[in-house]
Parts: sequence; C-alpha cells; structure tokens
Amino acid sequence: MNKKPVRWLICILILCGILLGVGVFSLSVGSAGIPFKKIIPLIFGGRGTTEYSILFDIRLPRIILGLAVGSALSIAGVLLQGMFRNPLVEPYTLGISGGAALGVCLNIVLRLNIIGGILSIPASGFLGAIVVILAVYSLSARKGILKIQGLLLTGVMISFISSSLIMLIMAVSRAEDLHGIIFWIMGSLEEPNLVLIKVIVLISAIGLFISYLFATELNALALGEEEALHLGINTEKTKRLLFILASLLTGCAVSVAGVIGFVGLVVPHFMRMFVGGDHRILLITSALAGGAFLILCDTLARTIISPLELPVGVITGIIGGAIFVYFLSKKQVVLGGKQ
Amino acid sequence: MLEVKDLTCGYDSKFILNRINFRIENGGLWGIIGPNGSGKTTLLKAMTKILKLRKGEVLFEGKNILKFGFREFARKVAFVSQSPEIEFNMTIEEFVLLGRIPYRRQFQFLESKHDEEITEEAMILTDTMRFRNRLIGELSGGERQLAIIARALAQEPRLLLLDEPTAHLDITHQIRVLDLIRRLNRKNGLTVIVVLHDLNLASEYCDRLILLNNGLIHKVGAPQEVLTYQIIEDVYNTTVVVEKNPISSKPYILVVSEEEKAKVPR
Repeated sequence: MNKKPVRWLICILILCGILLGVGVFSLSVGSAGIPFKKIIPLIFGGRGTTEYSILFDIRLPRIILGLAVGSALSIAGVLLQGMFRNPLVEPYTLGISGGAALGVCLNIVLRLNIIGGILSIPASGFLGAIVVILAVYSLSARKGILKIQGLLLTGVMISFISSSLIMLIMAVSRAEDLHGIIFWIMGSLEEPNLVLIKVIVLISAIGLFISYLFATELNALALGEEEALHLGINTEKTKRLLFILASLLTGCAVSVAGVIGFVGLVVPHFMRMFVGGDHRILLITSALAGGAFLILCDTLARTIISPLELPVGVITGIIGGAIFVYFLSKKQVVLGGKQ
Repeated sequence: MLEVKDLTCGYDSKFILNRINFRIENGGLWGIIGPNGSGKTTLLKAMTKILKLRKGEVLFEGKNILKFGFREFARKVAFVSQSPEIEFNMTIEEFVLLGRIPYRRQFQFLESKHDEEITEEAMILTDTMRFRNRLIGELSGGERQLAIIARALAQEPRLLLLDEPTAHLDITHQIRVLDLIRRLNRKNGLTVIVVLHDLNLASEYCDRLILLNNGLIHKVGAPQEVLTYQIIEDVYNTTVVVEKNPISSKPYILVVSEEEKAKVPR
C-alpha cells in the first residue's frame, strides 16, 4: 500500500529526466548546430559570443515557452477530461481557442496591432477567449447549476461559430493579413517578448498548483457527479472553478502561442495509460510530459526543413496522433485507467 | 436520529413526494418499498443533500441536513447508489480508499495510516480483502456491490442509505449483501435505510417498512403490519398470497398468475 508514493516519485523523476534531456537536445540542435559538449563551457564563459546569444536569447526562451504552453494545455486537458468524464474533450472543444483566434484575427484585420503595439495580439486573443468563456458559461448555467452536457454542447457550437467567423474574415481580408492570420492560427513558439514568456510561465505554475488542490475532487468526480456529492464534494463549486481554471489556462496558452492542437488531448490520455487515472499523479506527470512533448515537437518543427520553420501545431498533430494510435492498438484504453 | 418532516419534493413541475413524515431511531434497519415510480429512490435521495426540497425538512440528529457542510455530512451519512457506472478503472483497494475523501484535509494529498486501517477494516467486514488488488472492471456484479458497500463503510457513517443494493444480483449474492447489511446493523450499530424492490427480502431483513404509493406514505410499520394481503392488493393492484415463513415467521408473498387466478372460484 505504501509503495504508491514511491512509484509516483519514480514516475516524476523519470519525466523530469526526459524533460531535461529534451531541453538539452533542443538547445543543441538548430540551423546553427552547437554540439552538446560546447554547451556547458558556453554557460560559464561564453557570455558575449554569438553562440551564447543563440542559446540563451533565442533557443532557451523558446524552450521555456514550450514547457509553459505544453504544461498549461495538458493540465487543462486533464481537468476537462476528468470533469466531463469524457476522453474526447480537450481544451479546444469548449470553443476557447476559437474565441482567442477570432480575437487575434480581428486585431490583425483591423490593424489594431499597429496602434496597440505587439502585445495587443496576445491581449486581443485573451480577450476573445474570455468572451467565449463567459458566453459558454452563462449559456449553460441554469439557476446556478452547471450542466456538464450542456456545457459541452454549447462549447462545441460556439467553437463552430467562431471558426466560421474566422473563415469569413479570412475570405474578405487582404493578402498580407491572411498570411499573418494563418501563421498565427497554426501556432508557433516564436515569441520575442520575454515579459510575456514570464507571464505564461507564472500562469502555468499557478494553474498546476491550483488544480493540484482539486486532485481529490477530480478523483471523486470520476465516479460521477452524484457519487462525488455523496463523498462530500461540493460539485457545483468544483465544476465552476475547474471550468474557469481550464479556460484561463487554455486562453493564456492560445493567446501567446496560437492554436497548438493535440497536446491537451493526447498527453493526458497517454499519461493515464502509464500512471493510471489518479489525478494526484496524473496532473503532475501530464504537465511535465506536455512540456517535454511540445519542446520536442517545436525542435522538430524548426529543424526538419531548416532554415525554414514548420508550424508546430502540424508536428504535434502528426506525431501525437501517430504515437497515440500506435499505443491504442497495443493497449485497451479505458478512461481513467490502465488495463 | 433521522426525522423527515412534512417533506414535499419533485423534479421540475412534477411532485414526486407529498407531505412525508416519519422518524427513524438510532440503530434501526428500515426498508422503503413500493411500486415502480412511487418515489422510493427520490425519498432516499431527499435524505442526502442531492435534492432540493419544495417544503418540509430533513433533520439528522436534530439538525437540518442543509446546515451540514458537504464533507461533514459525508462523514455521517453514506449512500450506496443503484449500480453506479464506474468508468474509472482502479483496484478495489484504491476504490475503497475513495471513501476516505470526506476526512481529507486541504493540502493533504496522501492517505494517512489511519485511512488505510479503516479501509482495510471495511474490506474485511465486506469480505472484499480477497480481491483488493483486482480492478473494479473485472469484478462480477455481486463482488462489485460488496466493494461499493466497503467504500461507503470507509466513510465511517452513522447512517447508511442503500438504493436497491440487490438489483441484478443472483439469490446467493442478494443474501450475502443483505446478511452483511444486517450484520453491520446488529453488530456495528449502523442505522440503515434500504430501498428494496423485492418484498420478500424486505420482509425478511428489515425491522420496519415504509410503503410508498404515488408519492404518499401508505403504511409504516413492522413487516407483519405492512405486508398483508389487503394492503399489497391495494397498492400493487395485484392478487397475491401472503404466507408465514416457517423459519423466521416473517410474512412472505407468493405471486399468482392470471391464468391460475382464473381457476380459483371466488
């Protein structure tokens, strides 16, 4: 019985190791190849050189952003899948990414970024996400009770509406704006603004912390809302908080890095296969694995046809989907557990 | 221990239960019986915090149940639902440990030694220790029901509510489950309210019965008082023969088919 914490600790350590490995790998590869051996001397005595600046001004912020965005999306995925008891829900199902994308599209088309500066793009994305969150929430809450199925359906519908509106905007927009929109929609971890990176790192960390406080509630909710209530969980309060938390995490991630799909769907599933459905371990491992997965995908995205860069969302979709289908065929996957 | 006063409740505009009044003393084993749709499950749920009452109140140990905190209430009253779907695949032990959730403090993420001891005790009582490491999805219906009761016991409740715990079980498991419930009632002093469909099981195992019909209490009393030929015919609209169980002296009900009934001259 007491083996569980030890097993969990081993899982966490292994994932930290993988994350570190992926991080170092990502630091050392790129259009300017910097061999692994040279990284350590560079850390201590390379300040001022071009290589130092490539490593720590260009690649490292990107890795950190990848970690933060990947974690945020994975945590949101775990929260939503646990809360909806539905393995197909992901952070984008609820229309949050659609709202963020719509905000950004409007920003680009209306040229608000010229007036508002570069930070206006994530700001409008975030604003779009917030509008959608409020809309989905108020449409599906009746007399203070949040209906889970209603929430899901409303989210899907709002998602459709916003993607149609985006297409409408794209159809009537100028060619140069179109490029900006498409590039943003496909997602990228290229973010020159360090402040923004710090903000999203902080948000991911806080998100993980708060959701961890709800690990017990999520475990109980996996038995169904009524059962959770019998176990002393205030389900209405929990659902509301988790929905808002997952939405904010997604909104922040999307407004900084664009729509990077699949991470929030696949990573929680994948982790469930290995560590089981207990949210006390699932949340941490998903955050770590989500970060590592996104860093790896981003590294591939910028090296496969270097010096050109592929949109990272494309890579996450292809790799994530392929790995997942492979394991699905090997193992019977049940929501919340291994078999 | 539990007092239901003038309880009226329902879903949307429909009234399911109307002006229900009864009082259950400490240590009783009560059964709720009645035809389909008579409000048995609703009555049971009204005694938890799940349903909003239209009128009336439910008092637990003299205090309105709405005044209890969620966790506080779950430490006193446990509920065994009618075959809940468990998609979460975990071992029986992990499943029973979930019953300790009401005792977990904020920032406490791991089970304490005490939690593990109580869980083990609950598994010993329900005879589920044997399959503690098996997955819940692998169990048969009867074993699963025992595991669900074990989880409820891990809550260390003073009152145990069960909604048709013997549904879908074969006769061996029906008796195993009900024997366990009675043992818990007699030996461990647990007060029990159980919704039962099977009148014979209700008669055999319960001290007192509440017979519901169309959302109203038709009769409350000992099985001998409630399960009479006349009352059953009134409520269930069917002809039965009520005999006395030669071993327990409790009433037991024999059904008569339409064809056989026609043969009997009236």
